[in-house]
Amino acid sequence: MNSLSQRLYDDFIDKGRYMYLVKGLGNTVLITVFALLIGVLIGVLIALVRVAYLQTEKKGILLRILNLICGLYLTIIRGTPMVVQLMIMYFVIMASGAPLMIAILSFGLNSGAYVAEVIRSGIQSVDRGQREAGRSLGLSGRRTMIYIILPQAFKNVAPAIFNEFIVLLKETSVAGYVGIQDLTKGGDIIRSITYDAFPPLLAVALIYLVIVVFLTQILHVIERRLAKSDLR
Amino acid sequence: MTFDKIPGETNGSGQPMVSVRDLRKTFHTLAGNVEVLKGIDIDIARGEKVVIVGPSGSGKSTFLRCLNMLETPTSGRITFNGTEITAPGVNLDEIRAQMGMVFQHFNLFPHLTVRKNITLSPVLLKMQTQEEADQHAEYLLGRIGLKDKADSYPNQLSGGQKQRVAIVRSLAMKPKMMLFDEPTSALDPEMVGEVLEVMKELANEGMTMAVVTHEMNFARDVASRVLFVDEGVILEQNTPKEFFSNPKHPRTKDFLSKIL
Repeated sequence: MNSLSQRLYDDFIDKGRYMYLVKGLGNTVLITVFALLIGVLIGVLIALVRVAYLQTEKKGILLRILNLICGLYLTIIRGTPMVVQLMIMYFVIMASGAPLMIAILSFGLNSGAYVAEVIRSGIQSVDRGQREAGRSLGLSGRRTMIYIILPQAFKNVAPAIFNEFIVLLKETSVAGYVGIQDLTKGGDIIRSITYDAFPPLLAVALIYLVIVVFLTQILHVIERRLAKSDLR
Repeated sequence: MTFDKIPGETNGSGQPMVSVRDLRKTFHTLAGNVEVLKGIDIDIARGEKVVIVGPSGSGKSTFLRCLNMLETPTSGRITFNGTEITAPGVNLDEIRAQMGMVFQHFNLFPHLTVRKNITLSPVLLKMQTQEEADQHAEYLLGRIGLKDKADSYPNQLSGGQKQRVAIVRSLAMKPKMMLFDEPTSALDPEMVGEVLEVMKELANEGMTMAVVTHEMNFARDVASRVLFVDEGVILEQNTPKEFFSNPKHPRTKDFLSKIL
């Protein structure tokens, strides 16, 4: 059995193996950030359809179809495992795309379903008097939504969306299933080269932990800021 | 003190500002259908100040909210300034831009400064540039003595200040008519006066107003006509003098005896 320092040297220093972790972390962050952007975009669109459907008395055929599609999307995404969605996307739907792009899209589509419900609740948490005030000033429904409802809705759900960011960061650890070298896969590659599992996997776990703790601290700061601006 | 020239006043035509015919509204609730308005007919002349009183649940707020179509009437016809606004295909945004509305709970936009609250709509609707709207807002705020609050957020204001800003926000659109939906009901008693004062000044300048309120003194002093609404119909209407000193209908008498 090698000494601990020898193991650490072999796992991380020798032949620059730490770069597996560095590059992996880069991919993890890349996928997380862009997936969240896609997720928020999809989330807003779906939330708007759902809210419009709930608030409209006379529902047109287009609105019914859109709402049906959104409902179906939410059911499928939330009812199946992320890994399975990722593999179906990689091996079936987009068999010829760049892996990183496919991963971003998959995680974005997945995240969108969860963000949609968060934003929908945010929109519904805004007092209905706000919409009435906007409309009574002659603003269209669209402008009232953009300038009055959504800014308040986003403020209300900012902590929840940031939380989704943290969840998403950890979820991307399954990207290795489709051959993407994310942080988790990076540690696993080191393990397969050195036949030494504990240090690389511990390092991977620690990196996730440090990032998540750091992001959670930021989340607390955001929450405190938002609470402060509500003070009278 | 003057706010602005009121556009409705310069139009000297004889047609009423608002004309309502057989207005009905039924709400569909889980408990069944509730007919809140059971056929309302009324004309409101230019410059007239109509005060609507009645017990809670009588339909007076619903009636007011139908006037700018915040509630869609189940049936009936409403004409505003010559345009039938209950007709299909009418651009309600254009109609509402000419009809200010003041709410019981102020409904200021909490994420925007007082100035931005006032200028948002005139600028978005391209009635004014941002600079023009800012100047106008400054002027209007000066009129209600809140010039120094232009950069404050609504949460930093008292209830009375909020409601005065809300009135000014509506006035920034240079409306032809103002609707007030219990504008003082959510205020602490000591703040009611300052809001009523602004409304009185507005009335003196000739603004056409429809006011739902429980402030009987305001009705007495300002109204050109008082409507008593009960169970979805206008039960009685008269000049404030006659209305308060000589109510005709037993329910009106009963109502007045309870609140005066």
